[in-house]
Amino acid sequence: MSVYIPTPFRSFTGNRTHVEVEGRNVAELLSNLEAKFPGFRDLCCDDTGAIPAHINIYVNNKEIGALDGAATKLAEGDEVAVIPALAGGAETSSDGGTDGDDPSRYALTPERVTRYSRHLIMSQVGSVGQRKIFGAKVLIVGAGGLGSPAALYLALAGVGTLGLVDFDVVDMSNLQRQILHRTEDIGKRKVVSAEETIAAYNPDVRVVPHEEPLHSENALEIISQYDIVVNGADNFAARYLVNDACVFLKKPLVDGSILLFDGQATVYLPEKGCYRCLYPAPPPPGLVPSCAEAGVLGALCGTIGSIQATEVLKIILGIGEPLNGRLLLYDALSMEVRQVRVRRDPNCVVCGDNPTITELIDYDEFCGTPPAWNEA
Amino acid sequence: MSIEVRVTSVLQSVLGAKSVQSDGGTVGELLEDVNARFPGFKAQITSPEGSLHRFVNIYINDEDIRYLESLATPVKEGDVLSILPALAGGASW
Repeated sequence: MSVYIPTPFRSFTGNRTHVEVEGRNVAELLSNLEAKFPGFRDLCCDDTGAIPAHINIYVNNKEIGALDGAATKLAEGDEVAVIPALAGGAETSSDGGTDGDDPSRYALTPERVTRYSRHLIMSQVGSVGQRKIFGAKVLIVGAGGLGSPAALYLALAGVGTLGLVDFDVVDMSNLQRQILHRTEDIGKRKVVSAEETIAAYNPDVRVVPHEEPLHSENALEIISQYDIVVNGADNFAARYLVNDACVFLKKPLVDGSILLFDGQATVYLPEKGCYRCLYPAPPPPGLVPSCAEAGVLGALCGTIGSIQATEVLKIILGIGEPLNGRLLLYDALSMEVRQVRVRRDPNCVVCGDNPTITELIDYDEFCGTPPAWNEA
Repeated sequence: MSIEVRVTSVLQSVLGAKSVQSDGGTVGELLEDVNARFPGFKAQITSPEGSLHRFVNIYINDEDIRYLESLATPVKEGDVLSILPALAGGASW
């Protein structure tokens, strides 16, 4: 019968995903696996020969604990899968993302092994990386143009907890670009519409709605619950607020912005510069047009939002080179991508050597905008 | 010497194109030259006193001129000057 071998065990099976092994029951199958691939049994049996709690063995998608354990009978054509669940405490406690959560949310069940198989087979992700993604908590500010694709790709990737900040309702004019919402959602609260869409795409994801404007009184409390923040806000007051809060809380901030055919994206890592190093002050209200005033190509949201999702996943996995210290400029009309340098400004009022702003301020006053943010 | 000056879509309404050729030996001279041909251009990126707005960044190639010699930064043949105002577009709130 065919036995599914999980990624971390494949070094014992010559990198084969499925191996053919005989056995009248599970115990015999494990012995035969050991005979064929010496060392394999040590992976899925403890010193006494018992199957430890972190290993699940499935026969035709049923865990043998619910059958007859190691004595579970096998027949020709049965499909057996060996799935390491939480691989002990070390891995989960080190990624810090599973505190207080039900550990089964992070178990690589056969269904999840299939769902995330394209991740699991990559050496840069694998089962260890995929569990880091399960354990991650990402806050998305704005369930709109950028937040939609960012949230969707992070949900599909299996990010365990997705916080969404938005207090708006779905408007017909949103549907040209905001892929979390559909025609039938018009009039619905965006966080509700987003939660339904995400649940339909991937029930593994826990969505935490924050249906209130982010302001100086709640930003630190909300952002502190997350590991990484994605900024998809459409106004300068929110951008400076989220930036300052992330600096104070030492949270990575994955920033993106769009207008007309132009997109920008960058990552601010703690103590390596911030949005204020790039733009120390906002433009006076009305000088730089909003998307509502000037327009934006809907597909541009997908490009920049996907870049933001990619950067979040790289940070979670600790792979590659994060997009920090540089601002990526995407010109959809000429289809050109360029980068300019972003430096930490030692004179920055928030993250510089002698910061003068050490707590959140009144951002509407700072940006000269009315407290009720404009639709854009 | 002729230098390419690139702008993002917002400033294209002033220049009528996403890049123009400009003459000058420093960043400041390039901006003056562009302004002479496209009136109103400089008002978008500098204050009436002539200092660069803090929400506008100018780059020579990939380097922010704040970390060079600001408007006095010399330019050479083949350099590309980019003007990037802050952009806030994103969600619809």
